[in-house]
Amino acid sequence: MIPPAFDYVRPASVDEAVRTLADAGEDAKVLAGGQSLLPLLRLRLAFPELVVDVGRIPELRGIREDAGTLVIGAMTSHHDVIRDPLVRRHAGLLAAATATVADPAVRHRGTLGGSLAHADPAGDLPAVVLALDATLIAVGPDGQRAIPAREFFVDYLQTALRPDELLVRVEIPSTEGWGFHYEKFQRVAQAWAVVGVAALVRRDDGHLAESRIGLTNMGSTPLRATSTEAALTGADAEPGAVARAAEAAAEGTHPSSDPSGSPEYRAHLARVLTRRAVLAALE
Amino acid sequence: MTRISVKVDGTAYEDEVEPRLLLVHYLRDHLGLTGTPIGCDTSNCGACTVDLDGETVKSCSVLAVQADGSEVTTIQGLAHDGEWHALQKAFHERHALQCGYCTPGMIMAARDLLRENPAPGPQEVREALEGNLCRCTGYQNIVRAVLAASGQEVSS
Amino acid sequence: MTEQIAEPEVGRSRLRKEDARLVTGQTNWTDNINVNGLLHLAILRSPMAHARIDRIDVAPARERPGVVAAFTGQDLAEGLGSLPCAWPVTEDIVLPDHPPIAVDEVRYAGDPVAVVVARDRYAAADALEAVEVDYTPLPPVLDLEAALAEDSPLVHSDKGTNRCYVWPLATGESYAAVRERADVVLKRRYLQQRLIPNAMEPRAVVVTPLAASGEYTVYSATQIPHILRIMLAVVTGIPEQKLRVIAPDVGGGFGSKLQVYGEEALALAVARRLGRPVKWTESRSEGYLATHHGRGMIQDIEIAATSEGRLLGLKVDLLADMGAYLMLVTPGIPILGAFMYPAIYKMDAYDFTCTGVFTTKTPTDAYRGAGRPEATYAIERIMDELAVELDLDPIELRRLNWIRHEEFPYTSIAGLTYDSGNYEAATDKALALFGYDKLRAEQADRNRRGDLVRLGIGVSTFTEMCGLAPSRVLRDLRYAAGGWEAASIRMLPTGKVEVVTGTSPHGQGHVTCWSQIAADVLGVPFEDIEVVHGDTRAAPQGMDTYGSRSLVVGGAAVHHAAQKVVEKARKVAAHLLEASEHDLEFTHGVFSVKGSPEARRTIQEVAFETFSSHDLPDGMEPTINAEHLVDPDNFSYPHGTHLCAVEVDTETGLTTIRSYVCVDDVGSVINPMIVEGQVHGGVAQGIAQALYEEAVYDDEGNLVSGTMADYLVPSAADLPEFVTDRTETPATSNPLGSKGVGESGTIASTPAVVNAIVDALRPLGVTEVRMPCTPQRVWEALRSARAADGSVRSGEEASA
Repeated sequence: MIPPAFDYVRPASVDEAVRTLADAGEDAKVLAGGQSLLPLLRLRLAFPELVVDVGRIPELRGIREDAGTLVIGAMTSHHDVIRDPLVRRHAGLLAAATATVADPAVRHRGTLGGSLAHADPAGDLPAVVLALDATLIAVGPDGQRAIPAREFFVDYLQTALRPDELLVRVEIPSTEGWGFHYEKFQRVAQAWAVVGVAALVRRDDGHLAESRIGLTNMGSTPLRATSTEAALTGADAEPGAVARAAEAAAEGTHPSSDPSGSPEYRAHLARVLTRRAVLAALE
Repeated sequence: MTRISVKVDGTAYEDEVEPRLLLVHYLRDHLGLTGTPIGCDTSNCGACTVDLDGETVKSCSVLAVQADGSEVTTIQGLAHDGEWHALQKAFHERHALQCGYCTPGMIMAARDLLRENPAPGPQEVREALEGNLCRCTGYQNIVRAVLAASGQEVSS
Repeated sequence: MTEQIAEPEVGRSRLRKEDARLVTGQTNWTDNINVNGLLHLAILRSPMAHARIDRIDVAPARERPGVVAAFTGQDLAEGLGSLPCAWPVTEDIVLPDHPPIAVDEVRYAGDPVAVVVARDRYAAADALEAVEVDYTPLPPVLDLEAALAEDSPLVHSDKGTNRCYVWPLATGESYAAVRERADVVLKRRYLQQRLIPNAMEPRAVVVTPLAASGEYTVYSATQIPHILRIMLAVVTGIPEQKLRVIAPDVGGGFGSKLQVYGEEALALAVARRLGRPVKWTESRSEGYLATHHGRGMIQDIEIAATSEGRLLGLKVDLLADMGAYLMLVTPGIPILGAFMYPAIYKMDAYDFTCTGVFTTKTPTDAYRGAGRPEATYAIERIMDELAVELDLDPIELRRLNWIRHEEFPYTSIAGLTYDSGNYEAATDKALALFGYDKLRAEQADRNRRGDLVRLGIGVSTFTEMCGLAPSRVLRDLRYAAGGWEAASIRMLPTGKVEVVTGTSPHGQGHVTCWSQIAADVLGVPFEDIEVVHGDTRAAPQGMDTYGSRSLVVGGAAVHHAAQKVVEKARKVAAHLLEASEHDLEFTHGVFSVKGSPEARRTIQEVAFETFSSHDLPDGMEPTINAEHLVDPDNFSYPHGTHLCAVEVDTETGLTTIRSYVCVDDVGSVINPMIVEGQVHGGVAQGIAQALYEEAVYDDEGNLVSGTMADYLVPSAADLPEFVTDRTETPATSNPLGSKGVGESGTIASTPAVVNAIVDALRPLGVTEVRMPCTPQRVWEALRSARAADGSVRSGEEASA
C-alpha cells in the first residue's frame, strides 16, 4: 500500500530538529529508522502532515562510555548496538535483546531511539531499558530533560516525550559483571514476542544481591516484575528459590488478548519465562 | 517534491520525487528497475531487499528521499560483465528457487550475511534469512545454496 | 551437423532453464509491465462483513488530482455479468449471483464497492479516501453450524438458506450394518482452519485495449490463462477471439491463481470503457481479503473396526465453508476430498456427506491439495486414535489395513481404481531413515522420567488422486469442462524445436522438464528446445496448471506430440533415403537404414528438408510439426509415508520439529532435483497449517490476521531440514509413468505433525489439539487434561 502525502524536512542538527518540531506542533512525526513508522504509513494508520527525518544528524549516532555510564545516541542502529564492544561490556542484556529484534535488514535501519519512542509494549527494547534502569535524554525548546525509563513509557504507543521534544540519547548505568538474559517467546522467528522477559542479576556469593526483571508485552507498557524482584533479593541462587520467586512474575500485569495468547496464557508464560530467564542469567 | 541524487547499480540519477515515495517504487516505477519486486506491505517478506550503502534494507520500508546521496545495489547490479555473483550461481545450481519471486531479496540478504560471516553454519543461514519469506522451496535448497556460495561443502 | 546426445534426459537433475532471468532480476512479473498511457486502478473495499449499501458517491474522488475516472458497481453493472462457478456439484445447488463489484449489498469484508482510475498508483490510492459510502450493517454469518439453523441470518437473503448444497456418497455395504458388527467405533471432530495461500507474488492484472478493433490483451498473474480467456469472454461479452490472455512470469499460485477474479473482469471493463490501458496490483493485506482462501471445514468422522484392528467402515460428515460466493471451483473442493477419506485402506462401507455453507467471509477455493489434505488429515488422525484404542502401534494398524502391493490395480471403497503403488516399500524405507525404533525407545525413556519436553512421533501414510482429470469423470462430477491437455511441437528450419504447451507454469519448472521429455523422444539436444506457454495466442489450446496435472497430462501430451513428429519425419527420411519406413531405425535423433548405417538423416536435416519441401513424398503435407491432446483415462495416485518427530515443551506449549522424513512415490521421475524441491515446499506448507497459519475472524466478521505481520508464514528459521527419499512405482495411466508431485508434500505432512504432537502429549491425557497447534492451544489442552484428571481413554475431546 501507499503512504499518504506529507511534507518532509531533514534537519542537520538537533537544534534545527527541535525548532522544526516546535513549529509544526502535533501534526509532525519524527522519522528515525522508519521500521515501525513506514509500515504504519503504508497501511494508512498514521497521517502526519510533516515528517521530520533525523537520520542525518551526526550527534545522534554513536556509543561512548562516560564514568560508568553507557551513552548511546538515539539514532544508533540495532546492528551497531549488537556489535559494539562497549555495549557488550556494560549492557550485555541490551546487545542480546537487540539481536532478537526483527531481522537483519530491519536491524540495519531500525534504531534504539526509534524503538523506544515508538513504545510498542510488544517491542523488545522498552522492557530491556526498563530493566537496565536507563535514563532517556530528550531535548526540547527549553533544553534538555532526563526521563527515567520507568517514567518514559506512559501507555500503548505513548511516551512522556512532548510533541516538540526529540529523544537524543539513552544513558545506561553499567551492569558490567551482572548476569543477564533476554528470554523471548515468539511463534515464528520474525513475529513479535508473545511475552519476553529481560533479566539482570547480580550475585553475591551464593545469593542474589539484586535482580531486575523487565516484561515485554504484559500490558500497555513495558513492566517490571517487582514482586519477583523483591522475592529474589537475598534469595539463594538456586533453581528452587528462583522458581518460587518467578511465581509472582505476572502480579500487577494486564496483558492483552490476541490470537497468539490470552491474558491468562501470557501470565503463565511470564512466570515460566521469568524463571528461565533468571536461571539463564545466573549461569 | 524533493530533489534526490542516488546511484543505483553504478548509474547516477537525479530526480524530483514526492517525499512519501517508497524506495522500491522509485526503483520500479521511476527507474524501471523491476528486478526488485514487492511482496507485502508490512516489511515481513523481504522480497524487496536491496543494498543501501553496504547494508541490506527492505526497500519498501525506506523512503526514496532517505536514499538521497546514497548508493543502491539491486539484484540487477550483482552480475559483472555477464559473470554471475557466486550466490546467483549457487541458487541456480542448488535449485534454490522455484517461482523466483523471493529470489532477489534472498540473494541480497544472503550476500549481506556472507559479508559479515563468510562461513556460516546452516542454522546461522536460517536465522540470517528470517526476514525473507519463500513459499515454494521450504528453504532447504536456499540454505544449501548459501552454504555452497560460501565455499563450504554441502551434501546434496 | 548438430551434435547428437546419448544419455537420456529423463531422470537427470537438469538445472533449470528458467533460472537465468530469475536470479538476475530480468523478470516479467505482471506488475513490471508498463505501457504508454497506463492508468492505475485502486479498489475500495467493504470494511464490513455484511451490509447494505445505502449511498455511494464517487464524484469527490473524480475531483482528486490525477484521477481519470471513478466507478460504482452500478456504473459498471451493464456489460459485466456474474463471475462464473464452473463446478455446480449438485443439480439443486444454490448458485448466487456474484457481481465483480457489489451493487447494493456487500457480503464479506473486502467485497469491492468502487473503482478509482488514476495516472499513477499513488494518486489512485489517495482518491479512494474521497469515495463516500453509507452502509447499513447487516448481521454477519460466521459459524458453519449456526448458519444452518432455521433462524440464522442469511448471506443471500433471496436464496432463503445458507445451505449451498448437500453432496452424498455411499459405497460398499451399508455403513449402519457394518457399524453393528464392529467391536470398536470411534467418532471425532476435526477442524480445518481457513488458510491464506500466500503466493509470494501478489495478484496483478494489466489490460491493453486496441479500441478501434475491439481487441484486448489481458496480462494476469494467473495459473489459468486459457480458462480465464473463456470466462472473461462470458463475463464481459467481449467475443472470445478478440481476447488474448497472457500469464507472464507468475510468482507462485498454490491454487490461489486458479481463479477468475473480479479484478480481472473489472480491469477489462474499465479498459473497455476508457479505451486506455489499465493496471491493478493488489497489496498483500488487500490480497488477504480479496484472494480466495483455502480449507475451512468441520469434519465429523466415525470409524468402525474389529477388535483385531481391521477397518469395517468409515462415515464422514463435512461442513464446508464456501465463503460469501461460489467462485470458479469453490463447491468442488471438498468433493475432491470425498474420494480420499478411505485413503490407502480397505474397508467394507463408506458413507460421506458434504454440506456446503455460505458465510460472510472471503470465498474459499483451491489451496494446494484442495480437499485432499483435509481428507488425509482426518483419516490419518483417526487412524492414530484407533491405534491407541486398540493398543496397536500406529504403523501396525496401517499395515493391517492398507492395500498390499500385489493387490494393485485396486478399486477403493470410494470407487477409484488405484493403478499402482507399494505402501510397504515406502513405509519400510521411511522407518529405516527415521530410526523409528530408536526414537520410540527415547520417547518411552523421556515419558518414564517425566521430562518437561516430551518427544512425539507422527505417522502419515497417504495417497492422493491427482493429474486432473479424465473428462468423463469430470462430467459425472458435474464439472463444466474437460480435463485434457494439449501440446504441439514445431520443428524449426534450423533444427531447433519449439514445444508449445497448454500448461501454465508459475515456478514448477515446466520449461526444463518438457525440454527433457521432448529431447529424449526427438533425439535433439536439451538446449535446442524452447517451451512456449502462458499466452493464448502463442499456445492457443490448454487447460492450464493445477491439481498436479501438468506433468501427468500435459507432459504426456508433449511425449505423444514428439512421437507424432518422429513418425512424420520417418516418412520424409524414408523418402530421402529411398528406403522403406520399416527399414529405418531411429536412435538419438538419427534415422538410418538397417544394415547400412552410412545412409542416415538427422531429424534436424529432415526438418530443413520439410521446410524447403523440395523433395517430399507425393501428397505429403509439408510439415512434420505435430499436435497431441491427451485425455487421461484415470487419475494418478502418488503415495508415500511421512514421519515426524516433535519435541513439545509442556510448560510453554511450544512445538519444535526435531526430524522429518518423507518417502514419496511419485512414479517415474523426469527431474529428481525438481521433484525434491516440490516435496520440500509442499511439506513446508503442510507444516505451516499444522503449527502456524490461520485466517482468524472476529465476531463481526473482520479478518484479524489481516497482514503478513499477523498471519504467520514460516521462515527458514522456523522450519527443519527434511530428509527426502523416494520409491518408484510407475503409474500405468500415462506413458511417462509419472504421478505428479505438486501437492503430495502438503497433503501428507499436516497429519504427521499433529499426530506427533498428540503422541507426545498422550501420556499426559491429551487426545486432541486444534490446528494450528499454537503454544497456547497445546498449553490449554494440557491444562484441560490435567483438570480431567488424566482420563486418557475416556474418548472426550480436550477442549483445545
